[in-house]
Amino acid sequence: MKKLILAAIAVLWAQACNADAMRMAVTTSFDSSGLAEVLLPAIKEDLDLDVRLLVVGTGQALRLGEAGDVDAVLVHSKAAEKAFVAAGHGTHRREIMYNDFVIIGPVADPAQISVASSAAVAVQKIEDAQTPFVSRGDDSGTHKAELKIWASAGLDADGFGPWYRAVGAGMGAALNTAAGMQAYVLSDRASWLNFGNKDGLALLFSGDPVLFNQYAFLPVDPSKNAALRNDLAMKLEDWLTSPRAAELINGYEINGEKLFVFNAQNE
Amino acid sequence: MFEIMEGLKSAFWLVVTFDAELWEISLRSLRVTLTALLVASAIAIPLGTFLAVQRFRYRRTIISFINALMGLPPVVVGLLVYILLSRSGPFGVLNLLFTPTAMIIAQVIIITPVIASIAHQSMRELWAEYHDLLISLNTTKGQRILTLIKDGRRNLLTAMLAGFGRAIGEVGAIMIVGGNIDHVTRVLTTAIALETGKGDFALALGLGFVLIGIAFVVNIAIHTLSQTEREGRW
Amino acid sequence: MTDMFPLTLEQVIVRRQRKLVLGPVDLTLDQSGLTIILGPNGSGKTTLLRVMHGIERINAGTISWAVDDPAKHAFVFQSPIVLRRTVSENLAYPLRLLKTPPQNVRAAVHHWVERIGLGGVRNSPATRLSGGERQKLAIARALIRKPEVLFLDEPCANLDGHATREIEALLQETAANGTRLVMATHDLGQARRLARDIVFVLHGKVHESGPAETAFSNPKTSEFAGFLRGDIVT
Repeated sequence: MKKLILAAIAVLWAQACNADAMRMAVTTSFDSSGLAEVLLPAIKEDLDLDVRLLVVGTGQALRLGEAGDVDAVLVHSKAAEKAFVAAGHGTHRREIMYNDFVIIGPVADPAQISVASSAAVAVQKIEDAQTPFVSRGDDSGTHKAELKIWASAGLDADGFGPWYRAVGAGMGAALNTAAGMQAYVLSDRASWLNFGNKDGLALLFSGDPVLFNQYAFLPVDPSKNAALRNDLAMKLEDWLTSPRAAELINGYEINGEKLFVFNAQNE
Repeated sequence: MFEIMEGLKSAFWLVVTFDAELWEISLRSLRVTLTALLVASAIAIPLGTFLAVQRFRYRRTIISFINALMGLPPVVVGLLVYILLSRSGPFGVLNLLFTPTAMIIAQVIIITPVIASIAHQSMRELWAEYHDLLISLNTTKGQRILTLIKDGRRNLLTAMLAGFGRAIGEVGAIMIVGGNIDHVTRVLTTAIALETGKGDFALALGLGFVLIGIAFVVNIAIHTLSQTEREGRW
Repeated sequence: MTDMFPLTLEQVIVRRQRKLVLGPVDLTLDQSGLTIILGPNGSGKTTLLRVMHGIERINAGTISWAVDDPAKHAFVFQSPIVLRRTVSENLAYPLRLLKTPPQNVRAAVHHWVERIGLGGVRNSPATRLSGGERQKLAIARALIRKPEVLFLDEPCANLDGHATREIEALLQETAANGTRLVMATHDLGQARRLARDIVFVLHGKVHESGPAETAFSNPKTSEFAGFLRGDIVT
């Protein structure tokens, strides 16, 4: 028995590996779309490159880039991205693809947003009805997009009453919370489709162009520290903007629904 | 209730089918936590014993401080370790952030006070029992500490298992310093957090049951290792 | 025969929480003999022994040996302290502290474990021995370093007649082999059987000291006379 356990311990520590590897901070919404599971093996195959994903909110992703702890970031918050490049943290910003946000809510749709003519009208209806609304409240790209939509209807989320609940959590947790209290919530389409706990919730509004969600790739400025692999980040950017990536991104579907539109421009 | 049954079912299938990914993250969990446990014990056990044996001016203050550290939220530990290990931080050149080593460091910080505190408690009792004899035999400080550690090893084991339990189930700190990177720093607890986020409660619970199973096996294994034929009867 | 004596105590005072528990004591113990410290419970016998052995802090006065070597005097406590180890390991412990070569340790342990009749349980945990066996083990463990002086604090206080007889035989043999014994007891019968010298202690003070024969036949103080008569001395 003792020998068996000691042998098991020996096996436990006896392993190591390493190919070329780089780190990329991505948003939770990108990760929960499941697209990474298609792209990463293809990248490994084409470039022999291990892309290690740090799945965090856009705010934290940009912080990681700022600290030089990741080689690149892939996020979706245009204003913050531009500020990031302007401050010299990133070398440049390259648009890759977009998906869209959708408004999720209770199947009964108490605020009647499914008949709204635009996203602004939809959120105005929620505010009128004062029905519970779950906000990410975590400074993520989705959170920023949500605030922009409220603003487009001339509303300021800061002044909302207790029906507006900022949970300060990731997309999945926010969806779980919305399911728990039968609230409305803004989600990216991919997270919604992949979400397993749809209890009593339904997709109620989508399609307005203001809900489009642009993803961009930002290599971190390699002068921050010697450990940064800008060469690998550039290699990855070339791949992400290649016809091969376009084919995989445009072809990615969940339950027969297309999620992303490739829109990288050749420079 | 339905979800718990689903969780048990998914745990069962993951285990009986030898799911490769489950094996990988389970082994990583064990490797990280057992390494952290060894390092933490090497610090905490002599420290706890020393505090039981030696009287000095700030002894009570140090003991209170260690007890207070037990209440430190793991997320705070994670954040501190993150800031220290970040490439823009003081230990950035070591390039340890988002590696298993970073997770080990965070866990060592979290469980060392736990082990030291419990070890100190039990060593104090043993010291009260042995005190007169060891003084009479003119032992050195080092000999006293070694004797107490040797003869109190069963109690120390309990302290270590408490530390192990805290470390293997910890998620807040290692999520921050490890980053939950697939195939690199993903362990059972961070995988559970991830699956919960995706709303896949059955898989999350299944992983939770696997975690409990591993903790159970390790407890039994450590007990078996610590008992030689004749010493097991105290 | 030892060259450590005379042992001289001058104006020794011990206080605990400001209460006087011993002294002032002036006492000289000579080279040869088997000294019995007699007195009722709580009279200060234990404190006096511990002071001589050097494990009790004194508040005033001086203790001086002709030649002091702490490794050459050993102590046996009233309730025997046994290590949580086997009988053999208990005996080996004092020698291990001195880094005695293993083959010498083995030989000494073999000698003593047979001598005290515990050969059959040498590999059993010492904590499972009876009270008499534990005390024999404690005495053997004290003697295994071949001390020149052995202090014993009421070694038979908690034992039955059979065990007491065994231990007294062991002590007489030890004394005959040249080890200087200093033993506290409140048992007058035991004092009469063993003593060559008497120190009578009451309320922390020495009331009578000298050769046993004269002290027993011709007590100098009324307190000791009363104690000998079987009065309850207060």
